[in-house]
Amino acid sequence: MKLAGLLVMPAGFFLAIAALVLFPGSNAAARASFVLCGLAVEGLGLAVAVRGHMEARGESRP
Amino acid sequence: MIPNPPPVLPDATFVLVLVLLALAPLAIAGVAIINTGLGRSRSAAQSLLGSLAIVAVTAIVFALVGSAFAGTTGGTSHVFHLAGKPWNWLGAGPIFLTGLRSAPAQSQPQSQLALLFEFLAVALAALIPWGSGADRLRLTAGCAVAAILAAFVFPLLAHWVWAGGWLSQLGFNFSLGSGFLDPAGAATIHVLGGLSALAVVWITGPRKGKFPQGGFATAMPGHNAVYILFGSFVALAGWLAFNLAGAILWLHAPLTALPVTAINTLLSASGALAATFTVTRFRFGKPDASLCANGWLAGLVSSSAAAAVVSPLQALIVGIVAGVLTPLLIEVLELAVAIDDPSGAITVHAAGGLWGLIAAGVFAPQSGQLPGQLLAQLVGIAALLGLILPLLYLLFWLLNRLIPFRVDPDGERIGMDLHELGGGAYPEFVIHRDDSYR
Repeated sequence: MKLAGLLVMPAGFFLAIAALVLFPGSNAAARASFVLCGLAVEGLGLAVAVRGHMEARGESRP
Repeated sequence: MIPNPPPVLPDATFVLVLVLLALAPLAIAGVAIINTGLGRSRSAAQSLLGSLAIVAVTAIVFALVGSAFAGTTGGTSHVFHLAGKPWNWLGAGPIFLTGLRSAPAQSQPQSQLALLFEFLAVALAALIPWGSGADRLRLTAGCAVAAILAAFVFPLLAHWVWAGGWLSQLGFNFSLGSGFLDPAGAATIHVLGGLSALAVVWITGPRKGKFPQGGFATAMPGHNAVYILFGSFVALAGWLAFNLAGAILWLHAPLTALPVTAINTLLSASGALAATFTVTRFRFGKPDASLCANGWLAGLVSSSAAAAVVSPLQALIVGIVAGVLTPLLIEVLELAVAIDDPSGAITVHAAGGLWGLIAAGVFAPQSGQLPGQLLAQLVGIAALLGLILPLLYLLFWLLNRLIPFRVDPDGERIGMDLHELGGGAYPEFVIHRDDSYR
């Protein structure tokens, strides 16, 4: 689960980069939305990774 | 596109930056002392020796290969083109600093100072995960982690941010303000170090007895509050040096702007300390010394991004927010997320650094379209979280297969000093039995 979360995070990065490539500077709202969506995807990936860590920790407690 | 060559520094400015960089190791010393104080007494010597070894390893590895990947502004680099824009992603300088001695100083004064800045920056970055792995991370593993950071990950980020890489060119290529702003290493040093700490802690696991089954997390307070608080004083001097030198080198700030940068650094740390003091006073009934030190440090970390580009009032606000977040996030990570981070580095350096980068985007003077600077900062943050964190975890996971990070249970029980060094930091003191090991 932790690995799955970490694998999702690069997708968010590429979404942020896509915002720069796809939208010209004049379309600032769309560009900002895409970058924020990218960060949201990264946040979701991090949340999944953290959740995976918590579950693994709970199973291995002495 | 060929990056602009660095401007020629006047002699007086060159000497000033050199003096500042001679003081910057105080930040390294401060963090090392704080890490030692936050660990246990039976691991104190290993902690400080490890800090020294990490500085040595990073210097050697960065000189051998890292400096080539970091490159210099205006130097050779690897560039690919996408959607008609150049993406400068990796330096292609000479390995082992070939040609540095023979080059006349007049031709590349700023490049040599930038190189010295990076040597110190990578040492500080590599110390951060060492503090998080306290009391169970083996010395060889700590040095190996430092070597990985110095060889590849730090140079990659340093090139992107400081040496004409794609993040620094966001303003030129995509009209995003002045490009990614990080004059004193909030991203390249602190967020990198904090994310490395997260990866190391995830891989190494918590100290034995930290999270007992069916109970709350066991409190394992630092063994020496004097080290922690004195280290905070020492760190201030080093941070002032880093912030001032970074403002000159990376923002080309005039000398007249430096006093405000120094004041902002102090205000950010002071605001953070006041906020953490207040929060812990209300939360626990009394101010907590180690959390206050962490708050102070978080204020300094956030100033690394913001001090050179904000006003004094804004610097104070930046510090207060960092100081409020620090004790709350440390508590959440320990109690809710079950992350054992003895030095609080994930909160102080990663979260503090990320907040500083956002604050720089919000408060910095805007050029071009209105959200441009903030967007540039957010793209940089996306690169840190989306690319650097998974990369760090992958590299450390592989490294852990070669060099196990965690000491064996017996070593953890007797302490890292006796296990790894054969002698304690305080040989005349009786080290008490730890109830958490029953």
